[in-house]
Amino acid sequence: MEFVTQHAVLVVSVVKIVILLFLSLTTLAYLTWFERKVVAHIQSRWGPYYVGAHGLLQPLADGVKFLFKEDLTPPGADKFLYILAPFLALSLALTTIALIPFGPATIKILGQPTQLIVANVNIGLMFVFAITSIGVYGVALAGWSSNSKYPLLGGLRSSAQMISYEVALTLSVVGVVLLAGTLNFSEMVGDQSGYYRYLPFLPRWHVFPQCIGFLCYFTSAIAETNRVPFDLPEAETELVAGFHTEYSSFKFAMFFMAEYANMLTVSFLATILFLGGWLSPFPETWTFLQYLPAVALLGLGIYLGYDAAVVARGIARIQLIVITFGALVLGALCLLPAVMPVIQGPFWFLLKVGCLIFFYVWTRGTLPRFRYDQLMSFGWKLLLPVSLANLVGTALWIIFPLLVKHG
Amino acid sequence: MSLPFILFFVFALISVGGALLLILAREPIHSALALILVMMSLAVLYLMLGAEFIAAVQIIVYAGAIMVLFVFVIMLLNAGTEERTDFSKIAKYAGLPLGIFLLLELAHWMAHSLIGKTPANGAGSANVMVSTRDLSMQLFQKYLFPFEATSILILIAILGALVLAKRDE
Amino acid sequence: MSVVPISYYLALSAILFGLGVVAFVFKRNIITIFMAIELMLNAVNLAFVAFARAWNQLDGLVFVFFVIVVAAAEAAVGLAIVITIYQNRRSLNIERVDLLKF
Repeated sequence: MEFVTQHAVLVVSVVKIVILLFLSLTTLAYLTWFERKVVAHIQSRWGPYYVGAHGLLQPLADGVKFLFKEDLTPPGADKFLYILAPFLALSLALTTIALIPFGPATIKILGQPTQLIVANVNIGLMFVFAITSIGVYGVALAGWSSNSKYPLLGGLRSSAQMISYEVALTLSVVGVVLLAGTLNFSEMVGDQSGYYRYLPFLPRWHVFPQCIGFLCYFTSAIAETNRVPFDLPEAETELVAGFHTEYSSFKFAMFFMAEYANMLTVSFLATILFLGGWLSPFPETWTFLQYLPAVALLGLGIYLGYDAAVVARGIARIQLIVITFGALVLGALCLLPAVMPVIQGPFWFLLKVGCLIFFYVWTRGTLPRFRYDQLMSFGWKLLLPVSLANLVGTALWIIFPLLVKHG
Repeated sequence: MSLPFILFFVFALISVGGALLLILAREPIHSALALILVMMSLAVLYLMLGAEFIAAVQIIVYAGAIMVLFVFVIMLLNAGTEERTDFSKIAKYAGLPLGIFLLLELAHWMAHSLIGKTPANGAGSANVMVSTRDLSMQLFQKYLFPFEATSILILIAILGALVLAKRDE
Repeated sequence: MSVVPISYYLALSAILFGLGVVAFVFKRNIITIFMAIELMLNAVNLAFVAFARAWNQLDGLVFVFFVIVVAAAEAAVGLAIVITIYQNRRSLNIERVDLLKF
């Protein structure tokens, strides 16, 4: 206990890291369920259905399956690099989440007031870019160390793709940095609060002045995370499975989780930079909106309870009852006066992130894959010039009033 | 032994170890990874020196762009184990004494000169991170001309790389 | 944070630079020799940052910035040259690139 009081900041950080890690790993697992379900419905199928109610235990079953498969190492593979690659990919992908602020509120852990962010860095944006820029190595090394031609081709393709699109990704964000005048995430969100003077219904989110930047950002983010329609590194029809062809068992699962973690990070970043982070789009005078998280959870609970009572049978029914109970308890918790102000920020934040993730999956369900040369010319000849033009335009927009004022 | 000292020695050792690995590794890709290790630990040292923007730039540009380019070329050319050939005799016999001389000189200079005892933070700035704003002011006002010159240099480099790597029709 | 004397950083910088020179002389692969140059540049950068902090001036940091930019340009051109050499010689060994040597 003495240790806790002496190194309070350290202990609180560790507690926050553990909570965040647990939450994000669970979210990653359930993102696979979400994606399969949504894509299935887009294609008029049911998706995961048999393992648990609504297939909700499918991620668990997948995890168990991955754990029990044989862990193969191809002959002639560079052992050290072969093992290093998936670890690098996953750990780097998870590290960025530590820099993301989830809300403005200050909570108390073990009597220490602390914010809803693990590491509030002065130049958070730069650090996120630093970490994601190293993420290329996971893919490139996986391709190289497998000692096989398809992974090598996949790794080459993906590192070329990630280098190319990183340029457009970074440039499309600089406009926002110019508007906000800071690299700190919390200050960036603070900069987006309030409404436009002449359009009082429009929140001052950067997505409105920077709509071109947002489009460029999101397109290159899809490419950066190697998702459809830019999923050439793992184009099944051409390259077997791209850079992770030779990987099996849990190492394969780690690549998979890294992909989803990157998706999550990119959506977090888009929300903070362009969509106003934890800010609600409605005016503060609408105080009844603070009941929204509770209402949403209670509504979910009631719907699932109805499902359990009428539709489900057997084990699925028990499961649904448990989830219903959980949702109702959480909803009731959100009504407590101590919890209500804390939950507002994360609620809006996660709602926006959820919409972006849905958009990701929607893209995957509807668009065909690019050809490699199309991908490269799209990145270099369209996205890069457009985001550069956006940057120059923003700079002029900022400097012009100053020039007029000072002559 | 306070925390800064421990951190310094840990990352100094990592960087020296990385540099040694760069020399000893026989496969270029291992050398490249060793160099990335050096760069990352140097970034941590920059952070300790309060230069957080430079630390981030170090990782983004050096580790995330330049070294990726190296790894990419190694993969592209499928560069395997390097051949060892004889090197010059001068290096063999003069290298070791010269290296020891360098280390001795460093030790002497750390122990006896004034600069050897100055803390690496100037007086009155014990714990301050350099703000990115100040750095950019310096860069875009005092060093505006060199800045523009480097942008032209980059342009020339792009053209040069294109001309060199382009296949003849 | 930094009660570490500046000379420690400078010594580390010198050692890294020395190791860079050693790598430059000893390695036979063109790409690795190129990496040795990058190592030397990094060592110099460390000295720049340490001096910048010791005298509490930002000029050193700006110089590091320039060094990094120039290194990027150099890497782009240098690697293009390496690729051309490989296409002409089918080897990355620097001993094989000796057409100008009598």
